[in-house]
Amino acid sequence: MSLTLFNVVLAVIIAISFVGLNAAYLVWCERKGAGLFQRRPGPMENGPWGLLQPPVDGVKLMTKQLLIPGGVDKAIFMVAPVLAMFPALISFVTIPFSENIVAHPIDVGVLMIFAFAALGGMSLLVAGWGSRNKYSMISSVRAVSQTVAYEIPLMITTITVVMISGSLNLGDIVQTQLGGFWHWNIWPLQKQVGFNLLMPFSFLILFVCSVAETNRAPFDLGEAESELVAGFHTEYSSMGFGLFFMGEYANIVIGACLTVILFLGGWACPVGDLGFFPFTHHVGWFLLKIYLIIFVFIWIRWTFPRTTIYGLLNLSWKYLIPISLFNLLLTAGLLKVF
Amino acid sequence: MTEPITLQQDETFVLNVGPQHPATHGVLRVKMTMDGEYIYNAETVLGYIHRMHEKMAENRTYPQYMPNMGRLDYLSAMSFNHGYALVVERACNIEVPERAEYIRVITVELNRIASHLVWLGAYVLDLGGFTPLMYCFDDREQILDLLEAVTGSRLTYCYFRFGGLYNDIDDDFITGTRAFITHFRKELKMYAKLVTGNVILMKRLKGHGPVDQNMCQRYGATGPVARGSGINYDVRRNEPYSVYPDFDFEVPVFTEGDSYARYLVRMEEMEQSLRIIEQALDKLPDGPINPKKKPKLIKPPPGDYFAAVETARGNFGIRMVSDGGKNAYRMKLRSPTYSNMHLFDEACRGMLIADALAFMGSLDLVIPEMDR
Amino acid sequence: MNIQDKTREALSTLFADMPSPEPETDDGEEGEEKPEIRGNGILEQDYHAKGFHLDVQLEPNQLIEAVRIIYDLGYYLESITGVDWIKEEQLEVVYDFSRYDFDLCRTVVRTRIPRTEPHLPTITPIYTGASWHERETHDFFGIVFDGHPHLVPLLLPEDADFHPLLKDFKA
Repeated sequence: MSLTLFNVVLAVIIAISFVGLNAAYLVWCERKGAGLFQRRPGPMENGPWGLLQPPVDGVKLMTKQLLIPGGVDKAIFMVAPVLAMFPALISFVTIPFSENIVAHPIDVGVLMIFAFAALGGMSLLVAGWGSRNKYSMISSVRAVSQTVAYEIPLMITTITVVMISGSLNLGDIVQTQLGGFWHWNIWPLQKQVGFNLLMPFSFLILFVCSVAETNRAPFDLGEAESELVAGFHTEYSSMGFGLFFMGEYANIVIGACLTVILFLGGWACPVGDLGFFPFTHHVGWFLLKIYLIIFVFIWIRWTFPRTTIYGLLNLSWKYLIPISLFNLLLTAGLLKVF
Repeated sequence: MTEPITLQQDETFVLNVGPQHPATHGVLRVKMTMDGEYIYNAETVLGYIHRMHEKMAENRTYPQYMPNMGRLDYLSAMSFNHGYALVVERACNIEVPERAEYIRVITVELNRIASHLVWLGAYVLDLGGFTPLMYCFDDREQILDLLEAVTGSRLTYCYFRFGGLYNDIDDDFITGTRAFITHFRKELKMYAKLVTGNVILMKRLKGHGPVDQNMCQRYGATGPVARGSGINYDVRRNEPYSVYPDFDFEVPVFTEGDSYARYLVRMEEMEQSLRIIEQALDKLPDGPINPKKKPKLIKPPPGDYFAAVETARGNFGIRMVSDGGKNAYRMKLRSPTYSNMHLFDEACRGMLIADALAFMGSLDLVIPEMDR
Repeated sequence: MNIQDKTREALSTLFADMPSPEPETDDGEEGEEKPEIRGNGILEQDYHAKGFHLDVQLEPNQLIEAVRIIYDLGYYLESITGVDWIKEEQLEVVYDFSRYDFDLCRTVVRTRIPRTEPHLPTITPIYTGASWHERETHDFFGIVFDGHPHLVPLLLPEDADFHPLLKDFKA
């Protein structure tokens, strides 16, 4: 794929609209999902099954006044929401939706996604710092320690997968998992490593970390509404809040994409390559998988109460990091053996 | 899990939890002096919805004051009705017909379940779990429908009269209540699975928010707070009133004194309330619901009178001083959460804010009742 | 010996050496007695008629001692409240105590202070929970509890300089 200006613009537009649509309609899915778990219909008023709710919400958010409280650090305050949305957008550039549909394949795609994910944590810090609000401040401090604690096992787990695949390119990682669901990295039996019992646990670690990274319940300590009101976005109104909100959902999609690509074979069909319609076929599988993962995200959110910050950090430092480190060593050893 | 660190006073800041805060469920304000996320000191500020109900008692006749009882504790208004009815009946020596007593018990216990359901939903919401709230309100709605049909109001009941009741119950109420009992037994099992056994919930509640017996005594904590600390104290049992001695029920007591113990007490109490209602429906006698002989004008003889009932939150005491006139000379309302909340200031020192708010939720606060 | 007798006995030591008009511990009068003319001492009340068992009236300076006795006997503090007896130019402060165990005995301790100079010692060192009750009584009646650590308005606004439950209070 040649890197022309046209291609880049097209890729960015497609990425933005995909993220935007996803973010908007994931809110709808979230509310419908919540309704499903709570014996109620969810949004029903706007359009059939409330399908027009997201655009109406968007209009409402955009027409509200962007309130800047007195005494805030204006520059930081304004930059933070953009900072929340931007990395999620950029990360989509390198996500392979199928063999051919990828905005711009980068050889170090995994690295790029992590680089921008770290920037997302930065946005929470900046938002809390700039808000001149004690709740926001506590929340941003929490968010940073949470990000640090969960990026480590996330990366170690990813490195394990990268070692197996031998590539940092997300497309290549999927390529090594083609040919049926038994080739996916989630299973202990892999041709490169023989038998590694810890792989399912690695998948769980990655999944838990992506829940924590995206600040989702039960790890939504950054915004813990019963303790910190709304955490880092307490002071944000209008689209400032809207961008945080959309950023959260964009991050969920990124997290789900990463989980699917690293462990669930990306766009690979679960029962080998059926051959017909390779184009739609593959992208369909990819979307199906990420939405399944997102459904689990929603399911978890509406089922479990929130943990506490020390519980969260304990989980990461005492369990997830040692296990993922051990798995890294084990995988490295197995790679040498086989 | 959380050992309080040594707190350094010179690095503290003040965090205002409330008057508008999602965890306070009303206009309560707690001024917390924080050291990071640890609470160094807390001072509760009350009175945001103080309405001076006690002064109102001096300006109204005795029957006119009954509606105020529904405005104190909007979640278990029926018990407050009962308390006030008891004290005036005691003062004026009014006999209550048997049937009225049974209906009183049934409605009060239904109201207790409704109150505990709101607490359960709101408490799990405090802990970040949203879904149980919807289930609880769904079940509570059935109770409210039942009570609305009989009492005419959904929340701020004014159902009791001196010596009797405003309205007799009908067959619809009885069949509806029986259906609710069967339904709710199943629901309780579901709550046990969904909420009580949840690992995250247990981790957050077990061992947090310790309240010991001495603290209960010093602060006068009653109700589930005392029972969660191993004090077997339930006014229905210790100081039997109405027809409670007729029923076979248990007073759940847990000795741990932590938030989880208080949680379990309330969950168990709902079960026991169901038992009481069931027995009361079985034994429900026929007859009038209002006494044949009742003074036209309620004028208690001079002196002071006291009555206490067990509300969903604890011991509600009402002290009435009469000078023989149409209005009370002095009416003191001793509300349970007023004392229960008071121990928060002492108990939450050195806690993390997340645990402290989980502790506050386990005290089951109803702010209008504290502020009166 | 049940707790009612025990409490009465313990409290009657307070009245042993003073020539109080009514050191009688027996069931003197029923509840019909007018509180206005009552002297210091212990009354046993009919629970079914009044709702409490022991009714103790004492001098303000005996208060701490009495409350200490009651605390040691295992009572918890139910409430503290005031009554404004404007005709006698007196304020009455009523302390309600009750028990956690099955030995039912509600004890009322009351004391009277002049309206013009309403001062009472605080009982917060004994019952920590008295703090709010005393602040509330201070709000409503203007009674000053000497030695209270934080006697600022609790239920009334923080700048309140009125006492609404006084009978001569005009809104």
